[in-house]
Amino acid sequence: MMLVEAHQLSKSFGGLRAVDRVDFSVASGSITGIIGPNGAGKTTFFNLISRALPASSGRILFDGRDVTALAAHQVARLGVARTFQATTLFADATAVDNVLVGYRQRTKSGVLDALLRTGRLTREEGEARAASRDALAFVGLDAFAGRRAQDLTQEQQKRLAIALALVAKPRLLLLDEPSAGINAEQTRGLISLIEEIAAAGVTVLLIEHQMQVVMQLCQRIMVLDYGRKIAQGTPDEIRTDPAVLDAYLGRH
Amino acid sequence: MHLLPWAALLAAVIVPLLLPNEYYLQILTQGYVFAISACGLNVILGLAGQLSLAHSGFFGIGAYALALLATKAGISFWIGLPAGVALCAVSGYAIGSICLRSKGHYFAIFTMAVGIIIHLVIQKWESLTRGHIGVIGIPGPGPIGPISFDSTLARSYLALFFLVITVLAISRLVRSPVGRTLMAVRESEPLAAAVGVDVMAAKRLAFTISASLAGLAGGLFAGFIGFLGPESANVEMTFNTLLYVMVGGIGSLAGPVAGTFIVYGLSQVLAVLQHYQMIIFGLALVLLILFMPAGLAGAARSLMRQRVSEVKPS
Repeated sequence: MMLVEAHQLSKSFGGLRAVDRVDFSVASGSITGIIGPNGAGKTTFFNLISRALPASSGRILFDGRDVTALAAHQVARLGVARTFQATTLFADATAVDNVLVGYRQRTKSGVLDALLRTGRLTREEGEARAASRDALAFVGLDAFAGRRAQDLTQEQQKRLAIALALVAKPRLLLLDEPSAGINAEQTRGLISLIEEIAAAGVTVLLIEHQMQVVMQLCQRIMVLDYGRKIAQGTPDEIRTDPAVLDAYLGRH
Repeated sequence: MHLLPWAALLAAVIVPLLLPNEYYLQILTQGYVFAISACGLNVILGLAGQLSLAHSGFFGIGAYALALLATKAGISFWIGLPAGVALCAVSGYAIGSICLRSKGHYFAIFTMAVGIIIHLVIQKWESLTRGHIGVIGIPGPGPIGPISFDSTLARSYLALFFLVITVLAISRLVRSPVGRTLMAVRESEPLAAAVGVDVMAAKRLAFTISASLAGLAGGLFAGFIGFLGPESANVEMTFNTLLYVMVGGIGSLAGPVAGTFIVYGLSQVLAVLQHYQMIIFGLALVLLILFMPAGLAGAARSLMRQRVSEVKPS
């Protein structure tokens, strides 16, 4: 059962083909990795899947449904969550307020509810706070709920970004370089967190530079180079693939 | 901390009784009206992070709606006021839907053009608005039951009432999921969209609320003064309102109100200097942006934070 399918997916910036006719699919419940040299189009591919960027051509299916023409927030509401490479958070807001924003898509209260403090608002706020507490506890930040996001450490910010992505119970989580900017020990903690996320039933697709992280976590890997898919397979297949070796080692 | 709003309210109730003459009372009433407008600008600028320069256009729409309904169709203040607000909400929604397709500086320039167009329409549509001559003889608010609003004192309390309602409504909005959604849009549009926020809808909502509050202030302005000219919708008015919000503190609840009273009050005191007062305001604004970019409210907040961390080091 495939949760995400990309068919001949392409994105051009002017004359540059950042993503070039990529066919790719992510199995439901798996942890899948995307690797490739700098500038290979990995983040652009993520941006296409999450609809942060419109595709130039090709199709994207999520759970069998064509989402190629949807807006980013609509895909998010279908259950596609993501983190960004440079940890993007609502920097001036507290940790819990960050996560609460992530739960907003599950609530319906509008301006009138806010002005009149309706029962629906109170009930939904209760739900949202409970879900946010759970999400913060899941990533190990329950003690930092009231801390401003910008006052957290780099590692805590990464965990907060994951809590923000997870709070609305997505089906697919896109992680853009989760191990960037943190040390080896913190990376080990992050690997086990990602394993727990997958164990909870969330399909994970991640971009990663550290080979050891990818090889340890992922059941399947896709390799991009100059926007093209040059290989895909299990970690063992990728390790010995001549095209991959060439892309990584061949040009010096 | 929770005593502060109550203390401010108490002062606002007492101060009008102590003022020596009608002139000061009128200034105070105008201050309340402009503060409502500043709170409205703060919704789109402070909460949603979009610099709209069409603000006094909507102030003008609200004002002229009430003035023309009253003088041409004999419709009372109490009907004309909500009608003007509704017109601003509808036109704000429509104009917002178009302007908000642009972002950042482009949005500011776009909305400034819209503001100028609204001003020009009011000024040039002489058969409707009487152009430069303006609308005269706009009836003020009629009595509600035994309460009459003929005295300047009663009108100042009426303006205060609307200001309190405005601040209360915005404070409820800020502390609600709607307020957090707007905060998310202000801080990072891509992240907000990635967690499922319809960024366009959120910004349009803020724009509509902002325009409605400008319309409310405009309606009160027209009804209280009894005379209305096209300069009420001038872009210069927008920049005055922007100054109130910036001095008080963009995005804070009390900031726009405090900023209005400080700047508007000061401009009345400095009125003897005529246009030279702009030199003082210009210099003050430069210093403000350099040393207090978050306005008075921001400075107060960081002072408090400093004091808290001195008491219990973290």
